[in-house]
Amino acid sequence: MSLSPDELKELARYVLLTRPDEIGCDDWLGYAPSYAELVAALQPISEPLQKAAGHLVLCPECAEEFLALLAALKEDGAGS
Amino acid sequence: MTARTNEDWLRLLGEAEEAAVAELREVLHRGLRRALAGRAAADDGFIEDVTQDGVLKVLGGLTTFRGDSRFTTWAVTVAVRVAFTELRRAKWKDVSLDRLVEDAPARHPPAPPEVPSQDARQAVLAAMHRIIGTVLTDRQRQALVAEFKGMPQAEIAVQMGLTRNALYKLTHDARQSLKRGLEAAGIDGDEVRAAFDL
Repeated sequence: MSLSPDELKELARYVLLTRPDEIGCDDWLGYAPSYAELVAALQPISEPLQKAAGHLVLCPECAEEFLALLAALKEDGAGS
Repeated sequence: MTARTNEDWLRLLGEAEEAAVAELREVLHRGLRRALAGRAAADDGFIEDVTQDGVLKVLGGLTTFRGDSRFTTWAVTVAVRVAFTELRRAKWKDVSLDRLVEDAPARHPPAPPEVPSQDARQAVLAAMHRIIGTVLTDRQRQALVAEFKGMPQAEIAVQMGLTRNALYKLTHDARQSLKRGLEAAGIDGDEVRAAFDL
């Protein structure tokens, strides 16, 4: 078996989180700027945007990029 | 820093106006320095390089800006993806996907041992082995195994000749097949959670 028990455990966690209507990484990139501005400014998030942000739970790479984006925005006061 | 509307940015960059391109470069450079702070691999030279790549990516993708954020936020978002893709690929570019998954589960793995003490975790693991080995397509199995071995999405996508979105769909379909397969085997979510202490 190529995947170790720990890797299979992680896969099982993702399987449990799997939804039929997930969006992909490139689609998320379209939502990320407006979502980041709202999060950085502590503004309310619309339901469609919240749903799109569910991608971050399932994609560690996009989540990592999003945290970095927030760091970039913070010192700018949510962008310049 | 010049105050510009989104429309100004799009118009000026669309015309490749020199001052606007220089200012975009400055915005991306500053944003990337903050975004990558504390990452040893992201030295000044790296940030210079990905800033330049980011400028080109933004200029080439102006028509994809949706207009629901500041233009500069969108541009930094694009540059951050460029930078992280490069950081991740630098660590994995010499790893062959085929090599990584060459000992992936066999199409027909041996049946799990019939031992009375087999616990719930073993049962779930055996079902996952079976589904991965017999239900998933070769491409799904290859992408999924590589992903959970830690290979970055961008590198898997390149090696499989896919866009990142297409790769996500491939692994999403694989996860859905696994979920359906477990349910068909009579293993529900609670049992999976209990088996793995999730």
